[in-house]
Amino acid sequence: MFLLFSILIPLAGFLACVTLFRRNASTAFQVALGTSGLSLLTTLALVPEVTQNPTRLASALDWNWISYPPIHFHLGVDGLSLWLIVATALLTLIAIGSASTYIGALPEERNPGVFLGWLLFLQAAITGVFAAQDLFLFYVFFELTLVPCLFLMGQWGTDQGGSTRTGAAVQFFLYTFAASILMLGGIIYVFLKSGTFDYRNILSQLAAGSLRFTPAEQAPLFLAFFLAFAVKTPLFPFHSWQANAYATSPTALTIVMAGMMGKLGTYGLLRFVLPLFPTAARAHVDMVSSLAILAILYGGLMAIVQPNLKRLLAYSSLSHLGFVVLGIFSFHQNGLDGASYQMVCHAITTGALFLMAGYLESRRQSSEIADFGGIATQAPWLSSAFLFVALASSGLPMLSNFVGEYLILQGAAYTGMPYAVAAAVGVILSAVYLLWAYQRTFLGKPSQGAAGEQRYLDLEPREVLLAAPLLALTLWLGIQSPPFLGPQSAVNAKILEQTKMNVEFRVNNDTPNETAVANAD
Amino acid sequence: MPTNALPAPEEMLRFLPEMLLVLFAIGLMVWEAFHDDPSERPGMPAVAIIAIGLAALATIFVGANPGLAFRRMLVVDGFTTFFRLLTLSVGALTVLTANPFLRKRHAESGEFYSLLLLSLVGQSLMAASNELMMVFLGIEISSISSYILAGYLRDNKFANEAALKYFLLGSFATGFLLYGIAWTYGLTGVTNLSDIAAVLGNPDIAPNAMMMGAAAAMILAGLCFKISAAPFQVWAPDVYQGSPSPVSAFLSAAPKAAAFATILRLFFTAFDPLADRWLPLLGAVALLTMIIGNCAALWQTDVKRILGYSSIANAGYVLVAVAAHSTLGISAVLFYLAVYSIMNFGAFAVVSLRDETDVKDFDGLARRNPGLAALMTVFLASLIGLPLTAGFFGKFYIFKSAIDAELYWLAGLGLLASAIAAYYYLRIIMAMYTKPAAEGSEPLPTPALSVQAVLWIGAAAVLGIGMFPSALLDWATKSSALLR
Repeated sequence: MFLLFSILIPLAGFLACVTLFRRNASTAFQVALGTSGLSLLTTLALVPEVTQNPTRLASALDWNWISYPPIHFHLGVDGLSLWLIVATALLTLIAIGSASTYIGALPEERNPGVFLGWLLFLQAAITGVFAAQDLFLFYVFFELTLVPCLFLMGQWGTDQGGSTRTGAAVQFFLYTFAASILMLGGIIYVFLKSGTFDYRNILSQLAAGSLRFTPAEQAPLFLAFFLAFAVKTPLFPFHSWQANAYATSPTALTIVMAGMMGKLGTYGLLRFVLPLFPTAARAHVDMVSSLAILAILYGGLMAIVQPNLKRLLAYSSLSHLGFVVLGIFSFHQNGLDGASYQMVCHAITTGALFLMAGYLESRRQSSEIADFGGIATQAPWLSSAFLFVALASSGLPMLSNFVGEYLILQGAAYTGMPYAVAAAVGVILSAVYLLWAYQRTFLGKPSQGAAGEQRYLDLEPREVLLAAPLLALTLWLGIQSPPFLGPQSAVNAKILEQTKMNVEFRVNNDTPNETAVANAD
Repeated sequence: MPTNALPAPEEMLRFLPEMLLVLFAIGLMVWEAFHDDPSERPGMPAVAIIAIGLAALATIFVGANPGLAFRRMLVVDGFTTFFRLLTLSVGALTVLTANPFLRKRHAESGEFYSLLLLSLVGQSLMAASNELMMVFLGIEISSISSYILAGYLRDNKFANEAALKYFLLGSFATGFLLYGIAWTYGLTGVTNLSDIAAVLGNPDIAPNAMMMGAAAAMILAGLCFKISAAPFQVWAPDVYQGSPSPVSAFLSAAPKAAAFATILRLFFTAFDPLADRWLPLLGAVALLTMIIGNCAALWQTDVKRILGYSSIANAGYVLVAVAAHSTLGISAVLFYLAVYSIMNFGAFAVVSLRDETDVKDFDGLARRNPGLAALMTVFLASLIGLPLTAGFFGKFYIFKSAIDAELYWLAGLGLLASAIAAYYYLRIIMAMYTKPAAEGSEPLPTPALSVQAVLWIGAAAVLGIGMFPSALLDWATKSSALLR
């Protein structure tokens, strides 16, 4: 039941914020903070049940929704989705907290309450995607995530340089909508073949051999699903919506969007594409891995030359999610573990980076790197916090992203050494663009404001309070990975086993999987 | 004297809805003639609503006892009942929307409601006809009233243009239809739909398939005009733009639904033996209609034109389900037509509250009237096909039936075309929510109570069906089962 509550509570908050407290910023803020905090607690309450037996569906509920075709409201959480759901609730809470001054300054007729309401709706929809155990329900939640983004970007975004908020919102919506609509066709096909939308049922039919997709069927189905997830992730060359969307979005939205939205795509690849269409996934492994490498390198190179901090972070996301896709398509336990771990870590670090970018933006009313400089001497805490997260993001050992990236590279090395080598270059690139961005933004001479030299305030207690959990998690995930990785790893092993894919290695290596997992820790 | 010279009472009963509508239509006209001053006849919309309500009751009553009537000229079955109720509901919504619209323009008269009722008679007949001549009569009764309704605001030159275009092109299309009917009669010697099927299904007496195919194609062309399917779609945007908005709403829903009923009845019973000939044609028409409708709508700047092209595209989706040629497909058609009528009518009802219909006129509507903008957004979201709206399930069932019938290309391209469509609906939503209102614009007055009722009922239905579609789907499935 906790799982259902973690969706219903934000929805209740959404309804309250968009109707009763539409114009009342302070009440809406309290309601939003309260509902979001409460839903975070309900997601944390899932942890004990899941960690006990990660492969079993915890907090499952299965209601008939539509009689024919048989669509069930089937939710459940396992080791793979647990941390993603927790991270969604956490990031939404922080995003709402970060919006307090922003919505406080909004005039009444711009409906500050609705702004918070849509954030809560987004949380409910994303949680639903991670929890859905019915393909149809999954699609419904997957599409519903678009609606709050559309309104948040369109109504409360800012025009940045060449891209307008409306343009970015429509571009984002159309890209993802068009790509995922073919997946609906794929889902219908899977249903007509198997007679059910229930994902576990489909998997057991596949395992029993009563349902089989021939390679000729798998290829188009794989492409339909892959396209939907590749645009959502995004993967090169489907990324062009991303930089515009992140740059024009209000900070609170970027924290959730950059943190969680991309994971919907990679989660879909890992959860659905691999087990459903293993043959086609194998057949397309070179294409996907090449795209992932291109995303890693192209994202890294583009990030270096971005003059805008939010755009830089957008390209950095592109690069990091390339790693995740590479890990998933390594078909190796380590790669999958790394990918799923990296999903959570990247959510935390990117959320933190965009939070910092928001702090900077609120101080200077700009996110152009050239407008900043010399902050370190005036605001040492702010710059240290940024540096800490930037180092984590670029994969410094002892911090969170290192674990995921290392495992991904190891998995990729087992199955495709050239890809691992190319991806390793991406790690270097990420250090380059993040540290260079740090240098230009925080070091050097203070930039000139309207009234002479620009002054920067250091972190306020409220800002510290918001950033602290993310920074602490970054460290915790970096030094204490087993409790987090364990449940994911168990599910990943099952995914590999389900698809009978954990046997072949392209590189001759006889390391058994069990020891590989142990080594990784 | 043959024993069945006079129709039996239960046969008369099966014609009751039409009779009621005709009586009230004539009554309205006569009543108006005795009261010159408009202020003396305030109850006309109420009378029209009562007429429609009685007809609906009669429909439900006679629908409980299905059967044939008038020497198998009419058939009353679940399918007929579904379409009769659908068109009658659209008619009721039209009355509620048109009343404040006409009153504001000082153009209200009994003539309008009377014509509307007559148009409903035609559509009701189309749904019930089991005979080519009845099909033709139904279409003509429905169309001729529609032509006049389109030009109802006679001082408006756009309305005149719309009516003239609709009339000229419509008559041309009816010519095709009639010619096709004549050929069919010449080739088979019968006009009853089941008899035609019997003749075509019997290899000994079946006429030349080539000639018969041509006859069916001509009938299809005439009907394609009525549903605004490509390549006979050109009239739709002009007519919807020029007509008074409530009439556009009516035209885009009721006559279209009735024409689809006719297509289903005709091609799934009479011409079913020729299915392998017309199915590929229908698939091509569906694809063309979806692509032309959606792509042309991208460049439009007038909301009524956008909705016009969107109605073309929607006809294309429905044709996909028709081309699936299965019971599943028919129920998808019925489901979608019901859903489409609600959501499209809702969007047109919002438009009917505005004097200008350019997209710019919707700028900042969310600030000037948040409730209206929210309702419009619900209808547009349903037209886009977002989950949890009725339109999503409509599209879902349609493309499911197509994939079930192994029409993979048609389903894939149709899904992509419906993704393109999101753009032009989004433009309206974005205009309402992100653009500032024009200088000097004031908060809008609240719409009349009857329009509010239409909008709220429509939005509730869109969201209700969007979350729990089973009841409507069950009804559609039951209604379609009897057809084949």
